[in-house]
This record gives sequence, C-alpha cells and structure tokens, in this order.
Amino acid sequence: MNEEKTALDQNRAPIYEALQTFRHMRVVPFDVPGHKHGRGNPELTAFLGEQCVGIDVNSMKPLDNLCHPVSVIREAEELAADAFGAAYAFLMVGGTTSCVQSMVLSTCKRGDKIILPRNVHRSVINALVLCGAVPVYVNPEVDRSLGISLGMRREQVAKAIAENPDAVAVLVNNPTYYGISSDIKAIVKMAHEAGMYCLADEAHGTHFYFGAGMPTSAMEAGADMSSVSMHKSGGSLTQSSLLLIGPNINKGYIRQIINLTQTTSASYLLMSSLDISRRNLALRGKEVFSKVVGMADYARQEINAIGGYYAFGRDLVNGNSVFDFDLTKLSVHTRDIGLAGIEVYDILRDEYDIQIEFGDIGNILAYLSIGDRPQELERLVSALAEIRRLYQKDSRGLMSQEYIDPQVVTSPQEAFYAKKKSLPLRESVGQVCSEFVMCYPPGIPILAPGERITPEILDYIEYAKAKGCSMTGPEDPDILYINVIVDQDLKTNERSRLIG
Amino acid sequence: MNSPYEVQAPREMELWFSEFHAPDVKHSIRVTRHLYSQKSDYQQIDIFETPEFGKVLALDGSVMLTERDEFIYDEMITHVPMSVHQNIKDILVIGAGDGGVVRELARYDRVRRIDLVEMDPQVVEACRVYLPENACRLDDSRVHIYFDNALRFIRRKSEEYDLIIVDSTDPFGPSEGYFTKEFYGICYNALKEDGIMVNQQGSPFYKHDAEAMQRSHKRIASTFPISRVYQAHIPTYAAGYWLFGFASKKYHPIDDLDAAKWLSLNIGTRYYTTKLHIGAFYLPAFLEKMLEEVEK
Repeated sequence: MNEEKTALDQNRAPIYEALQTFRHMRVVPFDVPGHKHGRGNPELTAFLGEQCVGIDVNSMKPLDNLCHPVSVIREAEELAADAFGAAYAFLMVGGTTSCVQSMVLSTCKRGDKIILPRNVHRSVINALVLCGAVPVYVNPEVDRSLGISLGMRREQVAKAIAENPDAVAVLVNNPTYYGISSDIKAIVKMAHEAGMYCLADEAHGTHFYFGAGMPTSAMEAGADMSSVSMHKSGGSLTQSSLLLIGPNINKGYIRQIINLTQTTSASYLLMSSLDISRRNLALRGKEVFSKVVGMADYARQEINAIGGYYAFGRDLVNGNSVFDFDLTKLSVHTRDIGLAGIEVYDILRDEYDIQIEFGDIGNILAYLSIGDRPQELERLVSALAEIRRLYQKDSRGLMSQEYIDPQVVTSPQEAFYAKKKSLPLRESVGQVCSEFVMCYPPGIPILAPGERITPEILDYIEYAKAKGCSMTGPEDPDILYINVIVDQDLKTNERSRLIG
Repeated sequence: MNSPYEVQAPREMELWFSEFHAPDVKHSIRVTRHLYSQKSDYQQIDIFETPEFGKVLALDGSVMLTERDEFIYDEMITHVPMSVHQNIKDILVIGAGDGGVVRELARYDRVRRIDLVEMDPQVVEACRVYLPENACRLDDSRVHIYFDNALRFIRRKSEEYDLIIVDSTDPFGPSEGYFTKEFYGICYNALKEDGIMVNQQGSPFYKHDAEAMQRSHKRIASTFPISRVYQAHIPTYAAGYWLFGFASKKYHPIDDLDAAKWLSLNIGTRYYTTKLHIGAFYLPAFLEKMLEEVEK
C-alpha cells in the first residue's frame, strides 16, 4: 500500500465497531434470524461459540444494509478502497466467484466478445454462460519442463485485440494459481487504447496491495475492475471478497449488477471479517508479508537442497509471459522424482498428515500465510525429503502437462443450454461438449461448454483420473459419461464467426 | 478445652504447583520458592524449589524433570541402548537441554561424540544455573551443542550415528514435529546400518496420552524393522507410568543384551540393572493389546 495515498484513518473498522456497540445494547430481537443470538439453537451455539452466533444478525439501521449501504458498510467500503488504492471497493459475500460474475456482467452483454487467457478460473466461464458473452482465448505460453501455463505474452494480447477490435474487455489473471503475473500495466494500456475495459482476477493477489517488492497490483496498473479474494492471503473468513473498481467505472451501475445475484441477507460474520482483515492489512500488511516471503524463500532453498525437486521462484521470470512471480507461493515440481504432483499431494496427507493446497500432474503447491510457523515448514521439507527417499521412481512414462489448445465451436451459453445427450467418454471424440471438465483445485477447465472434444483431451482426463486428481464439472460424478450437444444445427453464421 | 485465643504455631503458606495429568486429574506439588520464570521464543520456562522433589523444571506448565526422580528417566533412556549395542560411539541427542541424558552418556569412555540438538537456548542457560547436577557434563569435550530445529539438523545427516536419543517434551507443544513419520524417517536415515533410536514414548494410561503413544508407535513400527516398547515408573509424570520406544535396524533389545560386558564397565546406577532391562520390556496385557492394534 502506498502510504501517502491513504487519506482515511485505517485504524477504524466501522462494521466491527457497530457490532460491538450492538452487542452492548442488548437489543431484544423480534426479527430474523430465528436462532435469536443463538438461544434457539443451543447445539449450534455450543459448536460455533456465543461470540460468533451473537453477531449473526440481520441488516438494521445501525448496522447498515449491503444492498444499499449508507452508513457503516459504506464507510468500511471507503476504507477498503482507500487501503487498496481503488476508486471504490464493494464488500462481497458470495466469494470471489461473485466478484468475477459482477465484473463480466457489468462489462459484457449477450454476444459481446471478451479476451481472456484459457487458464481462467471456472467462475469466469460460468459468468459467460450467464450473460452470453463469447470468449476469445489467448493461449497462455506453457513452460514445457514444468508443465504449467504461464501468463499472456504482450504480443499475443496485442494480436487478439487487433483481430477482435469489437471485443469489449480483456481479462487478466493477476497472478495465476502458481503465482505467475503477466505484464498487466502494458495490457491495461493496450486495452484502454483499443477502447476496451481491463478486468483482473486477483483471487491470488490480495497481498500485492500491501507487501513490499510484490508484483504490480491491478489498481496500481490502472485496471478498471478487480476481484480480490480477501479470504485467501488477506485472512478474512472463507467466502468473503472485495470487488475493486477504478475511476472510470460507474459505481451505482456496479451496485445494481451485484444486486442482481447477491443475497439480501448478507452475513455480518463475513462483512466484519473483511473489515477487521482490511484494517490488519493496512496497518501491518507490509511486515506480515515480508515474513511470509522469508518463510517461502527458506522453504524453496531447503527443498531444492534435497535434490530431485524443483521449487521455483523468480528464476522463471522472462520479462513477458512470466513478467513477475509471487514469492509467497511455494510451488514444487515433482516429476523428476518420478511422482506426479497429485501423488505427492496424496502421500503427504495419507502418510504424513500434511495437507497442501493442490497437486496437479507435475507440481504441488503449498499455500503459505502468516498463520504458518517455521517448525511446520521443517515438517513439510522433511516429509518431502522422506518421500523422495522412500517413493522415488523412474520418471519415464509420466505425462507432462501439455496445454491443449481449445477448439471453441460455440459460446458457453449456447452450449450449456443446447439440447444434449450423454455419451461414454471415449465415444465423445469430435462432439461439442456442453459442460465443464476440470481438476479441482486449481479449477481451470480442461473442457468448457462449447468446445470440441479431442482424443488428446480424453487422454489427459483419463490420466488425471488415474493419478487421483479430483475431477469435477460433469453431471456424471464418476466422469464415465460426458454431455455433448445433440443439435449440431448451430446458427451457421454464428459458428463461422466464432471459429474464424 | 483450649482457649480460642491460644497462640498457635505459624502455618506455612499454601503455594502449590498443579498440573493436569488428564482433564479430570490434577497432580500438585507444594512449592517453597519460585526460582526462575521466563518466556522464551518457544515456551514458558519455570524452575521452582519443592520440599518433596527438590528443584523442578517445568516447560509450558508441564513437569520435565525433578531432582528427586530424574535419575529414573535419564538412566532408562540411555543405559538400555548402551548395554545392547557395544560399539556406540557417535550419538545424537534431541532435546534434553537440561543435560541429564548427556551426563549419563558421558560416563562411557567409548563414546566419541555427543551432538545435542536443542531448539531453545534459554532452557540450557537456565539449567546450567539452577540445575547444575543435570547440566554438569554439558562442557565435556565430546559434547557439541547445536541450537537448531531437529528436523532441519537431522535432514542433512545420512548414516552418521550409532544412537539417536529423542528426549522431547510431549507431542502437544513445540515438540509435535518429533512424533511424526517424517521425523522418524530422517532419524532412520541418519543412523548407521546397525543404529538404534530410543525415544520417550509418553504414557499409556490416560486416554489423550494413550492415543498419542499409539500414533507414534505406529509410525516408528512402520519405519524400523525392530520396534519395541519398555516401561519405567516415574512418580511426577502422568499416572507415574512412562514408556520408551526402542527402535533398531539390527539389534534386538533383549536377545542382544550383553549383561556381563555392561557390568564389567562398573557404571553405578540407581534404577537401571541388567535384570530390570529385560523386565522393562514385559508389558501389561492392556498395553500389549494397544501396541498390537497399531502394529498390524
């Protein structure tokens, strides 16, 4: 955070303060929720604690209303905007998914094109299903040896913009799940010059606004909107997030868009957690994240000293598709010890009682935060050393995670709502998929609605399943069958436009 | 009848140290003086004087040792492996910052090196001042003290030690990492091909302790080809009943005991005898069952 920029008193936490006052008033509730400060549900109260259920209350004048904030919630939002250097900040209670939806719904209409990298989170493509916008994918560069998708190259974005001058927005992952940032400043500039909005998915970038030496944040880069998962590195409760906007966005219109899908009974547990976490970040974020980076650097060094593993960091930076790297992320490439990332992930949990964020085909990701202590890092590093000693195999025959270029046949919305039939996986080659298939986490689709199913994609799905990845998306929970579009009679003009 | 105004002998102040041995069981020791109380980077360290147990060291409110009964623990965790494996020369001791284990080991002339890894320098400093009977051999030229995280220290070692002694606090505090599979694995790797690891294994009596004991036994048994448990009676520990784990790559704790050789060394002990050595491995039925459950 740029300290000169903060004009407001970041020691304040208006929602938290209002809830404290409310608690002391001992107000008699003849309104919802029906548990009445927990008295009506003693088992829940015993489980969650009186402190917690006592502030699970409904909107009321002294506590403001998230649908139309005029007092304490508005003050909290202004403080958040101030702390993040945004023109305005919306408290969000439907997770970062709801932020992403609001960004897409407020900039794209049915048939509009949006330029985005293919390794977006499912919530982005879900939003396209809702509004009917059409994706123009920029294929992310792939690091062949690590098997991970990187960021978007500047030239690729420029080409997509030149080829699609009618597109309305460009969306950027800032950073990816693995911590890789694109050159967001340059991308914002290109988008604005072409009259397009620049939207950022900062689900993994909250700390960019507070830590020292972090990659550039979306607001600093001049992006128009950003979705920030406060509950990831920001420390707030799960499901609470922030939607940030820049100066050229109409705040009242965004509020209307948010209210299309947001609950009218927003949880004060979530909102107060955002308020308290924002205060903590503004006051102590810099110190907190320098400790986290210190721990991650130490772990990288120790893991690389084991041999066989590759814990990568800024060494990947190439000035373009890896413009910067988030050093708080502890990603480790495992293929050279002959194990898929997902296998190391499973062994860590089953044999060593260590739960990490995810494992994919070639890598694992351990999520580090201020909640971590050096002694637990020593356990993680030692367990990795043991896994190498006990489980190391020949790495031949392991699949590398290739990026599979998607063939978009129709818009996600059209595919999702089209007449469809269920086919056994292997019989679906050549058909157009009407649902998502992804490993979760990271939740990046292998197939999205409207894309052609190819043999390579099926090989990949079967390999990931065999290695133990959690696959989600399709109606069939076992993913033996997949839904495809029956009616291939897509509007020909739309089809050619999309393929072209 | 005595007059109510009769002068009575002054009564002593009621100052007691209490520790929960289980959620519904408390063990109390009368305290005469509190000698030391400091919070280090890792834990709360207290040393106090008591009429019955002499000086007592407590970490995070749990008794680690008392002058009165520390000999039982320190003798049993050292002489059992030392009388089985006759060529122990290089030893690694984890924890044990009070120095009692090192004091026992230093009595053997054949020992060439004792590496002591303790995470908390303040424990060692406090014990040097207040528990000199324990800390007396920490300055022996064969002893090297490393203030480090043990996982980090051992990870870098391979086939280097004949004996590793794990003298940790209980598995619910800063020593939690010393009861994990990864820890036992790196210890295995740091031992020579005939090496032995002995650890304090907690108590099998109260439920909470018993579950932790089973978990760690399971992990040791899946790491070492030989894994046996032996017991001792230690009044100030939970239930007064304590266990040690004997994990070994080659030597069997009873079959390979060389009593005559150990006796010839003339090491005077107060608790350990070579007969007790054998007896300590004969366990009560309920405990045998608990161990079998996790050895499958």
